[in-house]
Amino acid sequence: MQADNHIKDNLRKTIKTFINVVPIIVGMLLLTSLVITVFPEQISAGLFGNGDILDTLLGTSIGSIAVGHPLASYLLGGELLGGGVSLIAVTALVVAWVTVGIVQLPAEALMLGTRFAVYRNIFCFIATVVIAFLTVYTLRFLGLS
Amino acid sequence: MPDKQLKKGHGGWLFLVLTLLAYMLLGLINPEATVQAITFFIHVMTQVLPMLGLVFLLLFIANLMLEPKRIKRYLGKESGIKGWAAAVFGGILSVGSIYAWYTMLGELQQKGMRNALIAVFLYCRAVKLPLLPLMIHYFGLAYTVVLCLYLISFSIISGILLEKLTKQKTA
Repeated sequence: MQADNHIKDNLRKTIKTFINVVPIIVGMLLLTSLVITVFPEQISAGLFGNGDILDTLLGTSIGSIAVGHPLASYLLGGELLGGGVSLIAVTALVVAWVTVGIVQLPAEALMLGTRFAVYRNIFCFIATVVIAFLTVYTLRFLGLS
Repeated sequence: MPDKQLKKGHGGWLFLVLTLLAYMLLGLINPEATVQAITFFIHVMTQVLPMLGLVFLLLFIANLMLEPKRIKRYLGKESGIKGWAAAVFGGILSVGSIYAWYTMLGELQQKGMRNALIAVFLYCRAVKLPLLPLMIHYFGLAYTVVLCLYLISFSIISGILLEKLTKQKTA
């Protein structure tokens, strides 16, 4: 009897939480679709070629606002590498794609707190630049690049 | 306060309304792009719908199994090195939509999970186990190994920093 009530209470609580979460998920998917349509990936290809630092910042920025499956970042990164964009900038794009979430920020802020979400994304943006340089320089140091 | 917002539910609905207003605005400026965006949304939504079922199930299991006492023991202040390890491996192994995980982590946060471990978990999601073969294919094995090691290392740094930057009430 007590176990039944426990399950019923939790089911009620879950339904309540779920109803509050659905508009956030639907809203995020709508926003994602809008961003993808307005900022197509092809735009990014012609923007690079301004030196490692600027290219890395650009890669990080594009990755930060990019949405979609991480596989898309590998494909885009591969294309950019083939087009002569530096590995540091491509690494920044790939890392920012999966760590920084500007588009997801409203949802993250709603569910985990604004302060947490903002600080986390700022950290992830800076860390992306550092990781991009560290990865490529480590490979060069080890003679693997 | 995420708890208040989630309980009242106003934040999410307001966000949805604002997004719909953005669509209406774009519809006036560029109807073609709006139709493209809606088509893309329908395509993504059909893929995400089964995920919503999974979200509901995960939420229910979390509510049923994960009591605040347990969360505090395994992922709270006293969790120690095991908590950090759980967050790293949990993040690496986690799959599916980030929004499902925000929901889950939000619930766990309310039950006493440390912000540090939430940050570690979210950062470690960057290491995509199922996609590693593809990353190796595109960028090479050495690159993939070095990058993954840096991602895991920086996840720990993110946890330490985030905990210092976001003061968390200890319930």
